[in-house]
Amino acid sequence: MTINKDKSRFDMTLGETLRSQGISRRSFLKFCAATASMMAMSPAMIPKIAHALESARRPSVIWLSFQECTGCTESLTRAHTATIESLIFDYISLDYHHTLMAASGHGAEDARKAAMEENFGKYLLVVDGSIPMGNPGYSTIAGISNYDMLMETAKGAAAIIAVGTCATYGGIPHANPNPTGAVSVGELIKDKPIINVPGCPPIPVVITGVLTHFLTFGTIPELDHIGRPKVFYGQSIHDRCYRRPFYDKGLFAETFDDEGARKGWCLYKLGCKGPTTYNACATTKWNNGTSFPIESGHPCLGCSEPDFWDGGGFYKALSMPTENITKTAIYTAAGAVAAGVALGAMNKSKKNSATKAHNKTTIDDLEK
Amino acid sequence: MSSSTVVPFNIQNGDEMTQNVKPLLHEIKHALDSLIETGKSTIIDLRSIPLAPGEEDKILNTLGQGEVKAQLNALGLSEVNETQYAGVWTVTHYNDEDQIISRFIEVTTMPEILCSQTEDIMAAYSRLAITLDDIVEDNLETN
Amino acid sequence: MSEIEFLSWVRGPGFQIAVIIFIAGVLIRFGEILLLGRKKNLAEAKGSEMSSGLRTIITRSIPDKTTFQRSTFTLVAGYIFHIGIFVTLFLFAPHILMFKEVIGFGWPSIPTPIIDATAVVTIIALLAVLAHRMSNTVLKFLSTKEDYLVWLVTILPLITGYIAFHRIGTTAPTLLAIHILSVELLLVIFPFTKLMHSFTVALSRWYNGAISGYRGVES
Ligand code: SF4
Ligand code: SF4
Repeated sequence: MTINKDKSRFDMTLGETLRSQGISRRSFLKFCAATASMMAMSPAMIPKIAHALESARRPSVIWLSFQECTGCTESLTRAHTATIESLIFDYISLDYHHTLMAASGHGAEDARKAAMEENFGKYLLVVDGSIPMGNPGYSTIAGISNYDMLMETAKGAAAIIAVGTCATYGGIPHANPNPTGAVSVGELIKDKPIINVPGCPPIPVVITGVLTHFLTFGTIPELDHIGRPKVFYGQSIHDRCYRRPFYDKGLFAETFDDEGARKGWCLYKLGCKGPTTYNACATTKWNNGTSFPIESGHPCLGCSEPDFWDGGGFYKALSMPTENITKTAIYTAAGAVAAGVALGAMNKSKKNSATKAHNKTTIDDLEK
Repeated sequence: MSSSTVVPFNIQNGDEMTQNVKPLLHEIKHALDSLIETGKSTIIDLRSIPLAPGEEDKILNTLGQGEVKAQLNALGLSEVNETQYAGVWTVTHYNDEDQIISRFIEVTTMPEILCSQTEDIMAAYSRLAITLDDIVEDNLETN
Repeated sequence: MSEIEFLSWVRGPGFQIAVIIFIAGVLIRFGEILLLGRKKNLAEAKGSEMSSGLRTIITRSIPDKTTFQRSTFTLVAGYIFHIGIFVTLFLFAPHILMFKEVIGFGWPSIPTPIIDATAVVTIIALLAVLAHRMSNTVLKFLSTKEDYLVWLVTILPLITGYIAFHRIGTTAPTLLAIHILSVELLLVIFPFTKLMHSFTVALSRWYNGAISGYRGVES
């Protein structure tokens, strides 16, 4: 009935931890309701989530950052009020995160080693950033190359969560011409379950949503064909976009400040990649549900898809070719015409010589 | 566009854009029907439906405000209101910064979150017991 | 190759290759026709070639009564799918954007639901045309492999486009990529098959008219 004060924080379930912090069951229910909503689960799941989370045990998490811009960590830590994110985030045991942890140098590396040993086979490994394969020296932490650190830490992980488009598909470092030979986590590790949480950055609640799912059900969520959890990436921006009726009617904004833009018409012509992008922006939205890029009048860049950086330009409509076809066409035509003229000239001279060589048939010939 | 230009967005009060408003209201009507017939309550997550800016307000305005208006103080504010249609409630959860984190329409006699929770009652019991002990001790000391 | 890579390829290098083959092919075919040359006609002209030629371009596009009665189906279905292809290809907003990008100018589009309906009608007309070809003994006898190939590459962009717009089956990038690929297939095959008639139809009708005009007879 009362809380067992002797239990170490580590052994407490999430429910116990919360109550020891003076968080009421009602607050917890509210949190579960918000979680269900965010994970696009039916409200009927709320009691189940509550039950599972209350008895969940604290997982150890090791977070590795490779070639990245820290935007993903920023995204996650931006909302640090008592929201879903922070509840989950406070609860997990984040044993190593070189941007967020107080320790540095040997202390930090020791913490990672210790967490790995203590929880071997059980800890969650979160990775943001891509791994350079061109030269190990391109990116190192404490003198260890990204590749070595990833392979070493992945060994004892129960599952790996790749956060951000860099870790999931190579992202910006991988963009043409990929100077560092950047690759994704999935290209290097084949023998562990990997959950891809792409986005540049991913929506914060999507990151915590995946953690919550892992805590709630102890399993990894159902993934799509490129490793993304279907609850968040199951539908395209276009399919959930509130501007869709305008697309269907063929009403488009032509520029960013024309009449159509003011009326909130579809942004397809301005380069919207919503039709080919799978992400939760249109429903979960950003900044705690305030809005999302299309609602603010800007087309979707397609940031949760592989190679979104090389898609031919953010403002080029999806139906436009990405290469300069005009040039191709002109060069081809010029080439073909030149070849034609040359052939024609050759033919003409042939014809002329043929005509010249041609002798009229005479009676003599026939008599031969 | 120069910075002084004001772009007047008029999508807030535009026509219905997603055509989801009416079906949703019909769904509420069906839910009320099954509450009457079978006593089964229904929860609709407003975030699970694509709505254009202003459409959510349209739904809430249609439902209006009824007799009950409750506020919770649980990890930020929550508002639980009965609409002018008895049995139809709106439940809005805010975080510490007054941002909406989720919003539901519940068709029920009483939203679950308003009820006192067993765990909290148990904790309350032990807290009250401790307080009573303190009072007794205080009384002993002053006497 | 991931589906996004596939999409990037068909929007980029794939499109380039198709356009090169298409343009070079069309020009070669035109070159063939125009450079063929003809023997000088020694007969005296009995009428104008030009006016008769131009008139024929128009008159041959309007079926006369007996032809219409004799092959109503071929004509109606033929007109429907030709107009349908024109409408879906040239009046759909995303397509116009593509043309604008390539040739530098665009034109107004028509509402998408109309395009959608047109596409369905066009697909049905094309299916009917095929059914007719296969059920009519004479037509069947006359049909070559090329005829079926041409039919296939014509209907494919319509079907894949319809599916891509309605997002049926698999994920959207793949659907769009398949649609673009089907168009590229059409572009590649175009110059070397009877699809060339889209360009040469005016030319040959003019020529028919011109010959008659020269002879001073009605075409
Ligand atoms: S704005 Fe983008 S996502 Fe929305 S309907 Fe238009 S193309 Fe689709
Ligand atoms: S709207 Fe598109 S580009 Fe923007 S965050 Fe969402 S998926 Fe990424």
